[in-house]
Amino acid sequence: MTTTAELLKQASELFPDEVVTSAHVRHLDLPFGAGRFALITLDNGFDHTKPTTFGPASLANLNTAIDQVEKEAAAGEIVGVGITGKPFIFAVGADLKGVELLKEHEHALAIGKGGHEVFKRLATLAVPTFAYYNGAAMGGGVEVGLHCSYRTVSAALPAFSLPEVFLGLVPGWGGCTLLPNLIGADKAVSVIIENSLNQNKQLKGAQVYELGIADALFEGADFLEQSLLWTASVLKGEIVVDRPVIDRGEAWDQAVAKGRFIADSKVHGAAPAAYRALDIIAAAKNGDLQQGYDAEDTALADLIMGGELRAGIYAFNLVQKRGKRPAGAPDKSLARPVTKVGVVGAGLMASQLALLFLRRLEVPVVLTDIDQERVDKGVGYVHAEIDKLLLKGRVNQDKANRLKALVTGVLDKAEGFADADFIIEAVFEEIGVKQQVFAEVEAVAPAHAILATNTSSLSVTEMASKLKNPERVVGFHFFNPVAILPLLEIVRGEQTDDASLATAFAVAKKLKKTAVLVKDAPAFVVNRILTRFMGEIQNVIDEGTPVEVAEKAVEPLGLPMSPLVLLELVGPAIGLHVSETLNRAFPDRFTVSPNLAAVVKAGKRGFYVYDSGKPELDPEVAALLKQGDVVLTEEQVRARVLDAVAQEIGLMLDEGVVAEAQDIDLCLITGAGWPFHLGGITPYLDREGVSERVNGKKFLEPGVASVPA
Amino acid sequence: MPRTVRDVVFVDGVRTPFGKAGPKGIYHETRADDLVVKAIRELLRRNPGLEPAKIDEVAIAATTQIGDQGLTIGRTAGILAGLPQTVPGYSIDRMCAGALTAVTTVAGSVAFGAYDVAIAGGVEHMGRHPMGEGVDPNPRFVSEKLVDESALFMGMTAENLHDRYPTITKQRADEYAVRSQEKAAKAYANGKIQQDLVPISVRRTNPEGGETGWGLVTADEPMRPGTTIENLTGLKTPFRVHGRVTAGNAAGLNDGATASIIASEDFAREHDLPVKMRLVAYSFAGVEPEVMGYGPIPATEKALAQAGLTIDDIGLFEINEAFAVQVLAFLEHYGIADDDARVNQYGGAIAFGHPLASSGVRLMTQLARQFEEQPNVRYGLTTMCVGFGMGATVIWENPHFEGDK
Repeated sequence: MTTTAELLKQASELFPDEVVTSAHVRHLDLPFGAGRFALITLDNGFDHTKPTTFGPASLANLNTAIDQVEKEAAAGEIVGVGITGKPFIFAVGADLKGVELLKEHEHALAIGKGGHEVFKRLATLAVPTFAYYNGAAMGGGVEVGLHCSYRTVSAALPAFSLPEVFLGLVPGWGGCTLLPNLIGADKAVSVIIENSLNQNKQLKGAQVYELGIADALFEGADFLEQSLLWTASVLKGEIVVDRPVIDRGEAWDQAVAKGRFIADSKVHGAAPAAYRALDIIAAAKNGDLQQGYDAEDTALADLIMGGELRAGIYAFNLVQKRGKRPAGAPDKSLARPVTKVGVVGAGLMASQLALLFLRRLEVPVVLTDIDQERVDKGVGYVHAEIDKLLLKGRVNQDKANRLKALVTGVLDKAEGFADADFIIEAVFEEIGVKQQVFAEVEAVAPAHAILATNTSSLSVTEMASKLKNPERVVGFHFFNPVAILPLLEIVRGEQTDDASLATAFAVAKKLKKTAVLVKDAPAFVVNRILTRFMGEIQNVIDEGTPVEVAEKAVEPLGLPMSPLVLLELVGPAIGLHVSETLNRAFPDRFTVSPNLAAVVKAGKRGFYVYDSGKPELDPEVAALLKQGDVVLTEEQVRARVLDAVAQEIGLMLDEGVVAEAQDIDLCLITGAGWPFHLGGITPYLDREGVSERVNGKKFLEPGVASVPA
Repeated sequence: MPRTVRDVVFVDGVRTPFGKAGPKGIYHETRADDLVVKAIRELLRRNPGLEPAKIDEVAIAATTQIGDQGLTIGRTAGILAGLPQTVPGYSIDRMCAGALTAVTTVAGSVAFGAYDVAIAGGVEHMGRHPMGEGVDPNPRFVSEKLVDESALFMGMTAENLHDRYPTITKQRADEYAVRSQEKAAKAYANGKIQQDLVPISVRRTNPEGGETGWGLVTADEPMRPGTTIENLTGLKTPFRVHGRVTAGNAAGLNDGATASIIASEDFAREHDLPVKMRLVAYSFAGVEPEVMGYGPIPATEKALAQAGLTIDDIGLFEINEAFAVQVLAFLEHYGIADDDARVNQYGGAIAFGHPLASSGVRLMTQLARQFEEQPNVRYGLTTMCVGFGMGATVIWENPHFEGDK
């Protein structure tokens, strides 16, 4: 039989680069003469910028520490055991780098078992155990505390979560089993499923206490002292922890059902993690912990060996790492300072941009337009939005005053832009109009000023072609809603120079956007792929497949919304316009749907009516549709659509629209909200064999977003 | 505007356990401001009747006002302790008498009517801020012989004080030191000290200091219970060859913080706050810097004169034991026996340690406990010597006084 120590030793050999967490054991005398106490500190030896994690060697260290305190407890040398973290960090769970390396089901199983075998010892010592959540606690960090007899939490704790489902795992070191047994299934489903699927929402210290996960809440300034005083009182029997009785009746089943509803509405059955977690929560109703742990081990191993998790980790790394260090961006030292921003146009998009620049850069922002009324409306919009922020408490009165004073509107571009460093246009999407606007701006703006365009489909190079200084023109393509979607496609025109591009990336960073460098190619990245995707859906509808079949065909991808709902959000007219642009560029692949043209011509803003509470095809739209007689199945539609997407991405990479497939995925995740479990799209296309079918090869090397070979 | 001087009281005082300065000390990895912040928070927890918004001032002393003892620590400590932003604060420096001066300064403001209640305390992390850190004495001190060169070295001033009082031998100083350790150990055994200590969590990352990870400090680190005269006899005299001052008959280099609540008596009564001591008089005096240990004598003379009292009226003494010789000089001056039971009943800085600017409030906290226990005593005195030739004395009245028995 393999011991826990042996199991962990074998596992650690697979992961030689682990940042190893120590488990220091230190003894102290509790106040009030409550006795000798052993306190375990989890610490990886780095400061809080490198949070403490659990890899196999780290678990082995904790196991050794528990060996020591177990003996002391058995010998009556200590009255209790505590566990806490280094400053600002408790522990943030399993080391994902180690998970990425796993190739075999049995190794994945060992990771789950290893964690369980170590953590559950905290529940069976001869003395009570206490977890002191002093700082950030996630995943396995949360779980190690759940195995303890008692928990306290710091009011200063900024982030507490079980993010496994978000990544494509289950809380598999006791989380799925222990949490519902501690706080009830309903609250556990909120933490494990709902928060995870709600963009990995984090809990604060006070919420951890209110949920009943922690038995006591103390302020950050003397959290550990107060936790230890509380511990002394608990051990002396002066404080009795009274936890509410868990409802193990119908409420439990209802909570699991609620969890399934949430999972369906977020991932539409397309990613397994949430459902696996819910199965374990459902089974935990009987309170049999070991049965739950075994189920967790199996679920973890299955998921670790599955493509969704690998794609999830890939996506997570894209957003966290590549998104912060854009591939191909010039040296940031070339960037010029931006101390004033000009916005050409004062319509809704322009006003939203003005607000964003104002809030993030906190420099003067000046709007211009063709008449005073429009200018006033634009400034008025920004002021009204600042007032909303003030009402919500997002800014205080001083900040609101400051921001309002910074935004102005003028008719005369010479007056507004003479000292601007960065001028962005958001005028009508027509090349002649844009060229004229840039010519006017160039005549009055300083020679160094960046001229940025928010065009979604026009050529940046062409827009710059008639200028004296075309090297300062940059594409700066935001996604609607500008304040929410992180993606910013930064387009390099043929003549754009490095300094201008570096300035654009520096501004993007201050705007807190995920910037991706894109070649000046038709519709850039997201719109090109979405248009090809939608175009293929429209093609099959036009050819004769019923709308609902076409829509259902792509449900298994778990996209944030169905194609036609997306088209409704974008606006059928804009969708048509982009498809026309791309049709001109690539007539063999991009079609213009006559049915869509008819819908736009009829002035319809969408395809569905929602009178019954559910989307139903608008009868007026249905009457407009002229369909052929080729009826495809869902599988056939899905294959057509995915083939088209794979082909388009392959061509884009050949054209050098972006540096790598990773940038395509980063764009789709941050600009179109495509889910993590797809890894954007290329890991999915690889996994499903689409890439090889269409392009003869995979987009990504094995192991990048899949189980390594 | 007619103005009435108001009675000022010592409501309550706490302190951190004191640590040994240096890499192996318990507070080596603990910030000075965190020590005083935790003391303030404990004080507020112990006195729930004191609404934090009512605090008019936070006066915190530190000798070396650099780094985590700088940045106007009275203000920053208030914010870090969670006091409302409306509560102001400032820093004080009178070296060893820092906390004592914080108390008398806010007390003066309370008496004047400017404040109703204030926090006064001190901190010194001599490990993070060794004595003399960043000092830049004016060269005129030497060129014009304004002070003797020994004035900047406290141990040398203590040797100088031995010269002034030739009858105070090394033997007497060592015997005094042994008694201080004995009294401190007894006070600990009887739980006299712990009741006013704030437990402090401490981190250790260097295994040379002992077990690593987080720990909890609940007792003074410098104490050496069981010290005998034999232990002390052979110790080196680092300040003078064949001298008398040793590490055994002086306070060490220490880390720690103290905090107290000072209020008008009316405010304390209205808010159901304890009244542990009533302020009678305070005084500061200057002496030759090279015999700074003499300072408590003229300071006490002035304070007694102010109060219209004589030394015989004083029933309890808390004298800071920077050096045994300085206590003995005081006692010799007033004709009090070295082992007089009224003096430093719980032991003193030789045992507990002396984190410079924090010590004044420790004297008061201990005197307050002795007042509680001894309602037959009416007046007590806290006094200390101060670097660069000063003394500081505060005379207190026991509110529990029940008349002579």
